[in-house]
Amino acid sequence: MTDSRQLILSMNNISKTFPGVTALENVDFSLQRGEIHALVGENGAGKSTLIKIMTGVEHPDSGSIELDGKLVQVRSPQYSQEIGISTVYQEVNLCTNISVAENIMLGHEPHHFGGIDWKKVNSFARQALERLHIDIDVTQPLGNFSVAIQQMVAIARSLEITSAKILILDEPTSSLDVNEANRLFDLMQKLKDEGIGIVFITHFIDQVYQVSDRITVLRNGKLVGTYATASLSRVELIAKMLGRSITELDEVSKAKATVEQNESRKCLLEAKGLGRAGSIEPFDLDLYANEVVGIAGLLGSGRTELANLTFGIDTPDTGSLTLGNKTVNRFSPLESLKNGIALCPEDRKAEGVVGDLTIRENIILALQARNGWFKFLTTQKQYEIADKYIRLLGISTPSPDQLVKNLSGGNQQKVILARWLATNPHVLILDEPTRGIDVGAKAEIQKLVLDLAEEGKSCVFISSELEEVLRTSHRIIVLRDHKKAAEYPGNVDDQTIIQTMAGNL
Amino acid sequence: MKNSVPLFKRIRESRLFWPLVALALILIIDGIFAPGFFKIRIQDGHLYGNLIDIFNNSAPLMLVAIGMTLVIATGGVDLSVGAVIAISAAMGAVLINPALGNKLITNDILTKDATNTPLWLIVMADLAAGTLCGLWNGLLVSRGKIQPMVATLILMVAGRGIAQLITNGQIMTIYYTPYFYFGNGFIFGIPVSIYIVAIVFIFAWFLVRKTSIGLFIESVGINAKSSYYSGVSEKNIKLFVYTFCGFCAAIAGLILSSYVHSADGNNNGLNYELDAILAVVIGGTLMTGGRFSLFASVLGALIIWTFTITMYTFGVPANALLAGRAVLVLVVILLYSDYARRFLNRIFDRKGSQHGATN
Repeated sequence: MTDSRQLILSMNNISKTFPGVTALENVDFSLQRGEIHALVGENGAGKSTLIKIMTGVEHPDSGSIELDGKLVQVRSPQYSQEIGISTVYQEVNLCTNISVAENIMLGHEPHHFGGIDWKKVNSFARQALERLHIDIDVTQPLGNFSVAIQQMVAIARSLEITSAKILILDEPTSSLDVNEANRLFDLMQKLKDEGIGIVFITHFIDQVYQVSDRITVLRNGKLVGTYATASLSRVELIAKMLGRSITELDEVSKAKATVEQNESRKCLLEAKGLGRAGSIEPFDLDLYANEVVGIAGLLGSGRTELANLTFGIDTPDTGSLTLGNKTVNRFSPLESLKNGIALCPEDRKAEGVVGDLTIRENIILALQARNGWFKFLTTQKQYEIADKYIRLLGISTPSPDQLVKNLSGGNQQKVILARWLATNPHVLILDEPTRGIDVGAKAEIQKLVLDLAEEGKSCVFISSELEEVLRTSHRIIVLRDHKKAAEYPGNVDDQTIIQTMAGNL
Repeated sequence: MKNSVPLFKRIRESRLFWPLVALALILIIDGIFAPGFFKIRIQDGHLYGNLIDIFNNSAPLMLVAIGMTLVIATGGVDLSVGAVIAISAAMGAVLINPALGNKLITNDILTKDATNTPLWLIVMADLAAGTLCGLWNGLLVSRGKIQPMVATLILMVAGRGIAQLITNGQIMTIYYTPYFYFGNGFIFGIPVSIYIVAIVFIFAWFLVRKTSIGLFIESVGINAKSSYYSGVSEKNIKLFVYTFCGFCAAIAGLILSSYVHSADGNNNGLNYELDAILAVVIGGTLMTGGRFSLFASVLGALIIWTFTITMYTFGVPANALLAGRAVLVLVVILLYSDYARRFLNRIFDRKGSQHGATN
């Protein structure tokens, strides 16, 4: 399998420690010419660190890197590009307001008479895209094209500015739909046939099996192993990622069954014709204690808008919102907080965590906001609360004084959950709580949501993964085109929901 | 867990480390090249000497730096503090003026050591004027959603005009001796201004560390959107910091006008906004907001004045002083840069490990 002539990159015994965390411990990784190599693992497994070392963003504490059999020191990101390692990140980091051609050629423009030779810029860019079989008008602004095309332009750029031998794709499909993803996979196959080695990082197990030749699994900074994709079953792969047999998902279903038998229905929140022009059309929503309501819908169907309106981020211009017997007439996060509503927002980085504050400060933030300026929790009380939720939610950190920005995505999500649980809300709205986090933490969060419902809370669970909504919800609301399309009981089959989303029902 | 980091490294990474090193460095140079720099003598029961001068001179800047720290920690900036100082000074001078409300004005009345307004009212009016200016800035930034630099620029420009309107375009000399107490008085041999700084500092420290205001300021400065989603009232926090900054500038205006015995709309508190920003930056608070230390900013103000008085002692002409200050700024900015940090870490860590090896 590992023919040494075919080997482009080999990383041996790589170790890296950050303050308080061992990110990588004696990890080996190898890449061959013309292979797609999937790199998988839970959040905090060390995938990002390994990539950063490959691209020179971080430097390993120990270990060696060989490129084409020669020992190299990847000093800086520029140097890694010079030696043929290209990276395309999850978020497309190009400029959407300038043309496709300019994006591809930026910093490498051909000149004549001391100015930029625009004809050549455009023709070079066209050639670069033709190589990838993409036929678009390169003089158009990049922002006119879909995210998928932008992603491919990013790949074209990275191949154009260097003669890349290695292409690293970090979660390239997270914002693509199925067709777009397939198009990207075709492109990857083409590059593979040209002899480029591709490192493919993804959370989607299906996609790993769809395109990859080999899989390297990391767990807690250690190498679990490298396997030929054909010889490793999905169940085995997930078991290796989690380091245990996968029984959590079954537990989730069981927990849901026990909750459903509880029939004391107490209405906690009632929205009547709540709506806002340009955001979401008027909708009715009843939330009961001991219940999880799932919200399903395609991207842009109004899921986040519904959450934001209910939580008071946006002010509705029609309808009413009643909590128990209290009618809400002032809409703001602070009011909602006082009324016992909580929202874990969709964009964890921008709307959730306060990165440069500690875990403790992040956890007490909402509770403190409700208490006001002058009822300050004592330091001792703050630590008590932080320690309680670190234990309860299993946040892995050496200390509550760790800065939140140093945590993995899954742990950051738990910190935000802790922030809201500390305020003891009646209604908990979770907008994409499992986005970008690994299988194990996903199951934990789903189970937690069901546990909270069992304790008497009402939970709203929003997710773009239908299977996840189906598994956790007692009732499912389907949104389509900024409108509530239908409401189903939790045992509805996925086909009905898909048909509703598509507008056939 | 906490003790796993070596003591020296923890000290080195503390917020106060570089400001203290800078201050020590300047004082060491003084000790070597300016004999008698540290001499403090007692005259009429009051303490005199360079060190006392440094404290007395830096008192207004320290006050402004305290307010400015909170504003900068929210990610904003207040360019109007110098103008607010002038307004506060003008307010005091006008109220002291014994000719106030008097139709028959003679030179005799104007230069009299007397006033028709009670001293407490003068002080209150000073502080109220400055606080109102701060409130105005706060409203523009928090309610008007105007960028802080632009919003405070309005008062920076208009404020000096307002100060001149108050004094009717005159430079007003103050003759009322009780008013001089704030800038020139002594209690137990120590200048009154130092007591004022201490009180304001303790008050501010209590506000930010013993209530949740400090946490909210930092949280808004780091991520305003997340803070809003968590129920923190970003608007009220911003309104508060600008108002408080105006209040601090007003006290500085009171001390300054008392110190120079006059109110001059054009020159009171000139360039104080820039010095205050510099003091905050020396104290290590990022201009983008977030974590802050009041004490480090006060140290920053002290460094600026220690440096200035040192320059005077060495006989550097006043117009060359700014060039010297530029060097100070440059050194500080370089010390805080990532590159310098990494470089120093490497040096110290290597030394540390060698030291460990020999043991």
